[in-house]
Amino acid sequence: MAQMTMIQAITDALRTEMKNDENVLVFGEDVGLNGGVFRATEGLQKEFGEDRVFDTPLAESGIGGLAIGLALEGYRPVPEIQFFGFVFEVMDSVSGQMARMRYRSGGKYSSPVTIRSPFGGGVHTPELHADSLEGLMAQQPGLKVVIPSTPKDAKGLLISAIRDNDPVIFLEHMKLYRSFREDVPEEEYTIELGKADVKREGTDLSIITYGAMVHESLKAAEALEKEGHSVEVIDLRTIQPLDIETIIASVEKTNRAIVVQEAQKQAGIASSVVAEINDRAILSLEAPVLRVTAADTVFPFSQAESVWLPNAKDVIATAKKVLEF
Amino acid sequence: MAKKTAQFDAVKTLEKIEDQFEMFQILDQDGNIVNEDAMPDLSDEELQELMHRMVYTRILDQRSISLNRQGRLGFYAPTAGQEASQIASHFALEQEDWVVPGYRDVPQIIWHGLPLSQAFLFSRGHYLGNKSPEGVNVLPPQIIIGAQYVQTAGIALGLKRRGKSSVAITYTGDGGSSQGDFYEGINFAGAYSAPAIFVVQNNQFAISTPRDKQTKGKTIAQKAVSAGIPGILVDGMDPLAVYVATKDARDRAVNGEGPTLIETLCYRYGPHTMAGDDPTRYRTDEMDTEWEKRDPLVRFRKFLEDKNLWNEERENESIEQAKEEIKEAIKVADDTAKQKVTDLMEIMYDEMPFNLKEQYEIYKEKESK
Repeated sequence: MAQMTMIQAITDALRTEMKNDENVLVFGEDVGLNGGVFRATEGLQKEFGEDRVFDTPLAESGIGGLAIGLALEGYRPVPEIQFFGFVFEVMDSVSGQMARMRYRSGGKYSSPVTIRSPFGGGVHTPELHADSLEGLMAQQPGLKVVIPSTPKDAKGLLISAIRDNDPVIFLEHMKLYRSFREDVPEEEYTIELGKADVKREGTDLSIITYGAMVHESLKAAEALEKEGHSVEVIDLRTIQPLDIETIIASVEKTNRAIVVQEAQKQAGIASSVVAEINDRAILSLEAPVLRVTAADTVFPFSQAESVWLPNAKDVIATAKKVLEF
Repeated sequence: MAKKTAQFDAVKTLEKIEDQFEMFQILDQDGNIVNEDAMPDLSDEELQELMHRMVYTRILDQRSISLNRQGRLGFYAPTAGQEASQIASHFALEQEDWVVPGYRDVPQIIWHGLPLSQAFLFSRGHYLGNKSPEGVNVLPPQIIIGAQYVQTAGIALGLKRRGKSSVAITYTGDGGSSQGDFYEGINFAGAYSAPAIFVVQNNQFAISTPRDKQTKGKTIAQKAVSAGIPGILVDGMDPLAVYVATKDARDRAVNGEGPTLIETLCYRYGPHTMAGDDPTRYRTDEMDTEWEKRDPLVRFRKFLEDKNLWNEERENESIEQAKEEIKEAIKVADDTAKQKVTDLMEIMYDEMPFNLKEQYEIYKEKESK
């Protein structure tokens, strides 16, 4: 075991898979000598050579196309999109092309690409860096979407993502990159995609969440515990596909649920989770399933972001509505 | 502010560059050799085969249009007028090469090994049309204009990394050369010296929008300069010139000298697609007539007849062979079981996720009725 931040765990996962499989290639803007703007690829070019860890011209669509083409020649590309707000520049390569490659080629070709990208609020970025755009990705059949909330999960999930035979969007919350360390096994391990993690068991309420909101939800759960409420917190980890079994088992146990996401309320993951609970466990419910989300505006300029973003207090307030319904 | 003389003249620099891009031609429109030095080293049999493929493809186009009108084919983008650009560029390739087509580039993937019956299935909207046989390195025809350019850069980089002596060739049109992906594709391939060939079939119109509205550039070939790669302007109605330009690009690519941009000046005789486009809205009869005089089959036929390599009998053989094979391929397409939603669900992912598994059962039930 070693104490690692999430960014260190991500580098460790990349190193592990580059050692395991010579077809793994890491590329993107400034990922080579510079080690990436967040240092996620720190030291990798030195260790594996410019041939396998390389800078690209500054063009996201080109990066996406490069990944698709390299995959067709049998590589496992792990491109970085420098900030996920730049994904609009590469939407066709992602949603229009790699997500459909297996399907439109009658199963002959595939796109085993893992796109890594930082996102998430609370770090005062300029526009189009912090936006939670996972809902756009999750709506695209053919993709898987993973959002880790801890260093240990980040490593195991990233290794699984790279090994997955379909394209995976791997979103890394910037605020979690260096916010805490935890024990991370130095050896290789995987965490199955599509499996949620019960972070905290409880019997009165299920909080279903992912990403940075896992930590706000855990804070809320502790506070609620002090007031006598036993709260379960589920970290989805993969938001496409959802771990329906874990969600439904929890709701059937607690009979009350809220869904917490950093993204805006309209459409999105929380809506999907509520709909799945409605489809599968409505008769277990003692109260409506409510959502804690940001407002339906675009991501605010940085002076307003701390108010805009949901926090533990918002979670507690909504949780109480459901508990007291 | 007045400019100091002779320090720089940006306009002159541009004009100097643009003037370099003269159209490369070997056979003029009357079938005469105008550039003996550039004649390719093709055997008589190869010259005949090239003509055979062009005649065959012209017949395929005519039959596809009439099959579409009879409701026996679906989506179809006519190819007549572009045979030299399409067939002669493909003729310079090797079997291991990748062909990354746009939606009008079905002839190239057929000649690369996609069975005709599959091309018809593609037209009919059947997924098996896109599943090319093993060993045939072609992608399904691209619908998003330009997307094939960035993918080709990636394939070519992969070929280079694998140490293969192969290239990836891709095609778009004059409209496609305006897309961001066009620039990103040629620029990425250039930056990595990847063995790619980027062809722009400049058929003068992107649906109805004329070439002059696409760019202020005098040529599309000159766009290569911005990526630091060679660009060549070719008479796209001259099969020999297109062949030589592509062969030259291929040779340099496999020698590690990177990609080439080839602009072929050509013309689409038919509509954009068979889905209601009416070229009389944007083209004149005079223009059509002018381009038909440059027809690739006419001039190549004349050239071959002068060499006693072609005659009516050979022409008819090619026509009959095409007709016969089209008939057989349509039969194969007719006999192919209709695709099912469940077939598609099975290939959405490597392993079916829970939501699709549930929906699979619903569709299985629906399809059993």
